[in-house]
Amino acid sequence: MRRNLILGGMLSALFVLAALISFFWTPYDHVALDIPNKLQTPNAAHLLGTDHFGRDILSMIMVGARTSIAVALVAVGIGMGLGIPLGLWAAARQGSWLDELIMRGNDLVFAFPSIVIAILITAIFGAGAINAIIAIGIFNIPVFARITRGAALSLWQREFILAARVAGKSAARISVEHILPNVTNLLIVQGTIQFSLGILAEAALSYVGLGAQPPTPSWGRMLADAQTLVSIAPHMALVPGFAIILTVLGLNLMGDGLRDVLDPRLRVVRA
Amino acid sequence: MVRYTFKRLLSLLLSLAVASLVIFAVIEVAPGDPASFMLGMNAQPETLAALRTELGLDASKGARYLSWVGGMLTGDFGTSYTYRTPVIGMVADRLWVSLPLALYALALSTIVAFPAGLFAASRRGQAGDIGVMGATQLGVAIPNFWFAMMLVLIFAINLRWFAAGGFVGWDKGFWAGMHALTLPAVALALPQAAILARVMRSSLLDVLGEDFMRTARAKGLTERQALWRHGLRNALIPVLTIIGLQFSFLLAGSIIIEQVFYLPGLGRLVFQSISARDLIVVESVVMLLVFSVIVVNFLVDLAYAAVDPRLRSRT
Repeated sequence: MRRNLILGGMLSALFVLAALISFFWTPYDHVALDIPNKLQTPNAAHLLGTDHFGRDILSMIMVGARTSIAVALVAVGIGMGLGIPLGLWAAARQGSWLDELIMRGNDLVFAFPSIVIAILITAIFGAGAINAIIAIGIFNIPVFARITRGAALSLWQREFILAARVAGKSAARISVEHILPNVTNLLIVQGTIQFSLGILAEAALSYVGLGAQPPTPSWGRMLADAQTLVSIAPHMALVPGFAIILTVLGLNLMGDGLRDVLDPRLRVVRA
Repeated sequence: MVRYTFKRLLSLLLSLAVASLVIFAVIEVAPGDPASFMLGMNAQPETLAALRTELGLDASKGARYLSWVGGMLTGDFGTSYTYRTPVIGMVADRLWVSLPLALYALALSTIVAFPAGLFAASRRGQAGDIGVMGATQLGVAIPNFWFAMMLVLIFAINLRWFAAGGFVGWDKGFWAGMHALTLPAVALALPQAAILARVMRSSLLDVLGEDFMRTARAKGLTERQALWRHGLRNALIPVLTIIGLQFSFLLAGSIIIEQVFYLPGLGRLVFQSISARDLIVVESVVMLLVFSVIVVNFLVDLAYAAVDPRLRSRT
């Protein structure tokens, strides 16, 4: 099943590359209005066509990839940065009131879907890309805390951890030096999945106006613009849609592939 | 079971209390005084003070929290700042769109996912399995609001089978209402069906490897009989949990899908209320959403424990 990894990796790399190149070069200025050339279908001059203001869609997709990737990446960072230590901590003190508190807190945060968190944040600060990052990031925390704790709990029963305890290492040191390296594979795979979910969530939040605001380009906002024009200019909706689908598909395939490569046991079970 | 139920109930009440505190605190921090927003820039100080008293805004924070929670417990969600009508009525009207939509989507995703998962599991590793799994990969990757736009383009604009948006209302009859909700429900159901089919398949595959399945085969049941009589029932437990979890995602997802179809549901109510700074409505709708998620999860936990006695001792 290396095919998944290669195909997924290539798809993901394509969009990361597009985002990186957009810092130096895009076919056109992504905010330049060119009304005479509006609503062009894909052609030689505009490979992916133009929107209702005559903006080049390929350029917008490239710059929009930056927003999607940045939001999803930081959101995964927030989720990992807070979730992993919480999960490790809860596992180290399994069954204690602290474990209970962390896990119940997790359940509570889990009861707030990211759209609801985004609504609350928007009620306070108004809309913006930062809100999307925070909302998706908060949503990611319990995901990583739960998966870290679950994996760490079974590790704590193992002999090599017992040996480390006998050697006099503190629970905190054991967590960092022995538990964490053994759950890294799992976290990388989950990170890939949360990254793809983050891209979907960012698009949805921007679509309803809770995420990136003009002039920051975003795939979700491009779709919101396309909605009223979908019957006369379907390419305006098709192009950003395919960009999202291919990126998410690529990341998911990569996650599956990574799981197979990093965890040989699963590969045996599947075959 | 009684002890377990009691413990879970206690933690349910605690979660609801903390969630309501968090939501209240967030809305408290939100800038802008509802009274001055309602009366506009040129309001007289006396009128403003009178309105603040009328809305109960000059009471202490603690008293206002208690009256908010106490009100909700008795079905009084307060009065909308913008429309001056009881929030409960506004929410109830919108709920009659959002809740049927979520249930419709849940039913659709279950109807599609069960056979798909069963089919894939029974043809593990063969072309049928690979095909279904590929389709679910795609289903998970497609943003549901984009899929909704495509459905509108194909089935509303080109084929004219459905209206492109809006809601006729239930007074036009049950089937007219369901017809109007069909495209939104299909869009909402797509990613959930994909996830559910995957869970169904992997859960079935887990069960197929169990000893009792081999026993069933050994006593002379065919593969198919063993699957239907022993496999399915055991495989359903994790699937039911996911369905429970999905309900909350469907309710939240409907907020986004409603925007595509201009449906007058909870989502539109929230967005209108945010732009009008009608924060009491935002507060109530968010609490309602979080409440439903917490309660559904509680019920799933209980159902789970009722089916599987091992779980009762664990928590």
